[in-house]
Amino acid sequence: MQKFTATSCIGKGAAQTFQSLTEGRSGLTHCDFETVDINTHIGEVPGVDAAALPDDLRRFDCRNNRLAELALQQDDFYEAVQRTAARWGRRRVGVFMGTSTAGILQTELAYRERDPVSGALPVSFEYRSTHNSFSVADYLRQRCRLEGPAVAVSCACASSAKVFASARRMIEAGLIDAALVGGVDSLCLTTLYGFHSLQLSSPTPCRPFDVARDGISVGEAAAFALIERLPDGIDSNSVFLLGIGESSDAYHMSAPHPEGLGARRAMQAALVSAGLEPGAIDYINLHGTGTPSNDRSESRAVVSVFGPTIPCSSTKGATGHTLGAAGALEAVISALCVQHDFMPGGVHTNEIDPTLMAHYIRENRRAPVAHVLSNSFGFGGTNCSLIFGRAG
Amino acid sequence: MSLSAYINGIGVLGPGLADWPRTAAVLCGRHLYRPAPTVLPMPTILAPAERRRVGRVVKLALCVGLEATAQAGENPVGLASVFSSSGGDGQNCHELCHALSLAGREISPTRFANSVHNAAAGYWSIGTGAVAESNVLCAFDASFTAGLLEALTQVVVDQVPVLLVAYDSEYPQPLHAKRPIPDAFGVALVLTPSRRESSLVRIDAELSSSVADRLEHPALEELRSTCPAARSLPLLRLLAAPAGGRAALDYLDASRVQVQVEPCA
Repeated sequence: MQKFTATSCIGKGAAQTFQSLTEGRSGLTHCDFETVDINTHIGEVPGVDAAALPDDLRRFDCRNNRLAELALQQDDFYEAVQRTAARWGRRRVGVFMGTSTAGILQTELAYRERDPVSGALPVSFEYRSTHNSFSVADYLRQRCRLEGPAVAVSCACASSAKVFASARRMIEAGLIDAALVGGVDSLCLTTLYGFHSLQLSSPTPCRPFDVARDGISVGEAAAFALIERLPDGIDSNSVFLLGIGESSDAYHMSAPHPEGLGARRAMQAALVSAGLEPGAIDYINLHGTGTPSNDRSESRAVVSVFGPTIPCSSTKGATGHTLGAAGALEAVISALCVQHDFMPGGVHTNEIDPTLMAHYIRENRRAPVAHVLSNSFGFGGTNCSLIFGRAG
Repeated sequence: MSLSAYINGIGVLGPGLADWPRTAAVLCGRHLYRPAPTVLPMPTILAPAERRRVGRVVKLALCVGLEATAQAGENPVGLASVFSSSGGDGQNCHELCHALSLAGREISPTRFANSVHNAAAGYWSIGTGAVAESNVLCAFDASFTAGLLEALTQVVVDQVPVLLVAYDSEYPQPLHAKRPIPDAFGVALVLTPSRRESSLVRIDAELSSSVADRLEHPALEELRSTCPAARSLPLLRLLAAPAGGRAALDYLDASRVQVQVEPCA
């Protein structure tokens, strides 16, 4: 993983993101998105609507693809994609993009403009290139002129962790040599009103692992990485995807297994795939949504695999829960932790829930970080854990 | 670079296609194709409360998944799965967008939980007890072929059996006018890395740029070209043919996936 970037409410690009983490800055603000009337906080990326798509790709125009475009412009990422395409050939580079709602905001807006007589949606509404889950993968494929296999992964909030698994398999199978992976999810009414209807969104900025935590803050983000077959010359600052573990809860659509059994299996599988013992992990970037049930079951799962002393935290107090983009955003944050020997303290958490036995850190730490494990879990009981680290 | 696996079980449900044996009979010309609205069975593996909550795509996906795993004699509990669909639950999506366009914006929490693209995979896991990895994909019209590539790479690289379920259902109006999928169609395959006693065929697949195969029967070709999961029909026709054969499946833009099927018997 030679190149990566992330854009969320705490920053455009890796440098701003890292600076916000070191400053303990949160990007959560009171919700004033669109016409939404809910007492909650959101992680909105400033300037999304100003991001313009190229003229020949206007049919893709929607908030989700604008956010993708905005993120593509950071860290010279577009140029890095072009270098990768030149090195391996355009047909040998795949696109694997996680999203949960893609550009559904476009459909929500179109439903307000239905023809009063026929009920028809406006002629200008484009389903394929905005609403459909594939739209963001298709946009990036066409925008970057890549010709390899492409797919959207849509497993709710584990989506953009799982893209790494799909890309890894396709590289190993020999179909491609490199992949543009990542996740893009943007604010929309479905998720804001949906989490509100489930009483899972907090009126305050979310407080993962806090004794008074009462739900999530919905955020938005786009995060990308280029992963490739081991190149000849390895940059000393390179971060490697070392392990992937996946599992299913077989328990409930919108609640995690109370003992975190699925989460435990995913973390154990990631360790096995990386060939690492639990003691080799230096820091865990938790799924840590800030709902009472998620944090309880995740804490149990972490302690059952790693014991109660491993430092862990959630960065969702800073970024909000960016849903289908969370896996990729937190993969980028994990990579930054490895590059900078840094562990971000969780922000907004005032008093750690004494019943949660995992060692949740609230202060930043500067300490050697050779291996980070990042958790992503989603509705439907889908779990994915990723391990990043340095070579060797 | 070719990907190889063995197919051990097949499930199909679609308009006028009640299950795999009857679909096979139609595809190899033993029976006439008589289009009729898809009849979706109640998913008895779900608890009664869940049965009432699930939409058409979940019933569809569970039905074909169960048919394929039963034929393969494969216990779903430890079986990895790949679910692939272009649009997920169209009726549920319509209800949410409609409710959000009204002044009160009252939406049902169950509808929201069911709106995730991985709802069918989630209910599969809940209903069968499946705890292995499960991936859920979308590639618009290429969703079946993208799912096939994902499942085959998993079989080849991780050396595990994989259940592939591709399924699509119609949107109601007004979305139907923008995405005119005619009816529910689903297909499921149980793929294994090595040959078993239950293996039906060996499949080899590779990326290609040849012309996609079509079906001679106009109504079946109409189904193939309008329902993303039915892009599998040229492959299903090979699975039904006593001698197997080759076919090119629609994929992205100018690319295709060339499949070769060789019966095990």
